[in-house]
Amino acid sequence: MLDTLKQPKRGVVSPVSREQYVDAFNWMLLARTVEEKLASLWRAGKISGGVYLGKGQEAISAALGIMLKSGDIFGPLIRDQAGRLAFGESLIDVFRVHFGSRTSLSRGRDGNVHRGNPRGGYHAMISHLGSLISVVAGALVARRFQGDTTAIGATTIGDGGTSTGAFHEAINMAAVEKLPLVVVVVNNQYAYSTPNSRQFACSDLVERATGYGVEGHSLDGTDLQECLEVLGQATQRARSGHGPQMVVGDCLRLTGHGEHDDASYMDKTLSQTRLGRDCLKIAENYLQERHWADHVLLEDWRKNAKEQVENAVADAQHEPLADPAMETWCPYATKRIASAVLVR
Amino acid sequence: MTITYLEAIREAQEKALRDDERVYIYGQDIGTLGGAFKATKNLAKEFPGRVLDAPISEDAMVGSAIGAAIEGMRPIIEMQFADFSMVAINQIVNQAATLYWRTQVACPITIRLPSGGNPGSGPFHSQCLESLYSHFPGLVVMTPATVEDAYTMLLEAVEIDDPVIFCEHKYLYNRLKCEVLPETGLPCDTARIARFGRDVTIVAYSAMVHEALAAADQLHKEDIEVEVVDLRCVKPFDLKTVLSSVARTARLLCVGESWPWGGVNSEVIASVVTHGFHLLDAPPQRINSKDTPVPFHPSLWGVHKPSSQVIAAAVRRLCDW
Ligand SMILES: Cc1ncc(C[n+]2csc(CCOP(=O)(O)OP(=O)(O)O)c2C)c(N)n1
Ligand SMILES: [Mg+2]
Repeated sequence: MLDTLKQPKRGVVSPVSREQYVDAFNWMLLARTVEEKLASLWRAGKISGGVYLGKGQEAISAALGIMLKSGDIFGPLIRDQAGRLAFGESLIDVFRVHFGSRTSLSRGRDGNVHRGNPRGGYHAMISHLGSLISVVAGALVARRFQGDTTAIGATTIGDGGTSTGAFHEAINMAAVEKLPLVVVVVNNQYAYSTPNSRQFACSDLVERATGYGVEGHSLDGTDLQECLEVLGQATQRARSGHGPQMVVGDCLRLTGHGEHDDASYMDKTLSQTRLGRDCLKIAENYLQERHWADHVLLEDWRKNAKEQVENAVADAQHEPLADPAMETWCPYATKRIASAVLVR
Repeated sequence: MTITYLEAIREAQEKALRDDERVYIYGQDIGTLGGAFKATKNLAKEFPGRVLDAPISEDAMVGSAIGAAIEGMRPIIEMQFADFSMVAINQIVNQAATLYWRTQVACPITIRLPSGGNPGSGPFHSQCLESLYSHFPGLVVMTPATVEDAYTMLLEAVEIDDPVIFCEHKYLYNRLKCEVLPETGLPCDTARIARFGRDVTIVAYSAMVHEALAAADQLHKEDIEVEVVDLRCVKPFDLKTVLSSVARTARLLCVGESWPWGGVNSEVIASVVTHGFHLLDAPPQRINSKDTPVPFHPSLWGVHKPSSQVIAAAVRRLCDW
């Protein structure tokens, strides 16, 4: 049972086209470029608060992002820059939030990865790991009430986040309600400094799918081709009425937990294994092997990504920052209550 | 025909389900059973698919309500007991209460908390958590004391765009009755003078309004006229009505059933002292439940929470100041 669940049924998977692969690759490349810029801005002291990067996880994230359609719901987490862009986030919003611009999605009230446009199906995570899964599930409950039979929801979580009660409650609930929810567990081997061995005792997180009564899938997160295949299938299964899908992707966090962290605690031998491969490099090689892109084209794409990022940073830097004098200091949405509170 | 406080809660939910297709109710055992207290009796039958049994997953219940609210629904979450809402506190205070502030997207969810004790309920089926929830920015915390308020305020809770913690008192469920339910009520952030008097102001809410009124009856025989202000909603609360009452009486006693440390009583007193120190002829007093878990045995429980006798004694001391 477990084995058939774990193995994506490759027979029914439509082959990944050049178009799709190139699309995903370019989101990966753009995300990597964005994050390199964020890291350098952080080192230059231009960003208040932390910077958390998704280096090594771009393939999973981008593949998930491009499988989502307009009208779907996405609850990204900290290392999902690629998926956010593929889902439609504009570059300038990335930098606005990091700078704390008044024009940013959160108006300087929350920073870095805590950004989103929930009414547009793009959820804004709070820090508390695991807590977004039930929110995305609830959005799907609403869609069902509203007669929407086509939308799916997707959200990601780390290996560490799977240990929360919220993770368990949400997946169990989604399974009971048979919601079209895709939960992508990105096992990058560490939760901050904590290795898998101190996080869970099952041999593979995908085993949990069986316990929840949901379909489970595994993938190699360093291989974009496999990410596209498996996430294509999982999103398709969710879309066609097969209930929640749990996808476990293996990779290695190729960066510190945040830019403040030198990750000296990491097992150095892991980077020599398959897990430690850089998904972006692997994808570049694959593109060349298949003659889907050559040096010149790749260089063109890189230049294009850099240009877009530099333009977005320049634009965002011109925008006004959060200003206490312009802040309402009122948390209420209900006008009558807000005005009563403000009078005091 | 008489209607109880509990039936008013059921009636309000029935009306909300009937009038607004965005409303649904989610909670444990609320479908076929009609809820542990029968607050959703027959609603699952009347509104198929809109009154849903939840797994014992308070965190996911509230999280899913937030997601549904983002998509335009108006969910009502029934906690089986207020005490179990603690399992969902992260979703309530960090996710729901911050959503509008973070994203400009409103979070119109209503979380019903069957609160307070009955004899024999013990430490984990008796809690009053209004003070705790009031601490967090972004929540509206309602504490209806009458059948009429239980009805109109629950409808208002569903209507307003912010997350509402609706503290319904279990002790009042079947003890309070009214003849007819009103069409409309005061807005939730307006306090009500439950009894007029010139000597002392008692500010109370929920079941404690009735203890305060009983004390006032007793004190009337002793020629002490107590004014009782029913806050109705403790966050935000109607400071204006409280201050104008204190302006008349110059003496203030706050009564609340939650624990004393940093609670509704302390906030009311701090606000009155800050904004109306000159109005006071005596130091403001407060009575809370004792600062221990809620005891199980009825004889202990009866003394743990504020009673009309203790309230009356405090008023006498205030008058003698
Ligand atoms: C409930 C909760 N506890 C603790 C934290 C602090 N924290 C932030 S990220 C993190 C590690 C997360 O690890 P994992 O889920 O594996 O995700 P990764 O960082 O590897 O992507 C921790 C402990 C948190 N955000 N939420
Ligand atoms: Mg991890």
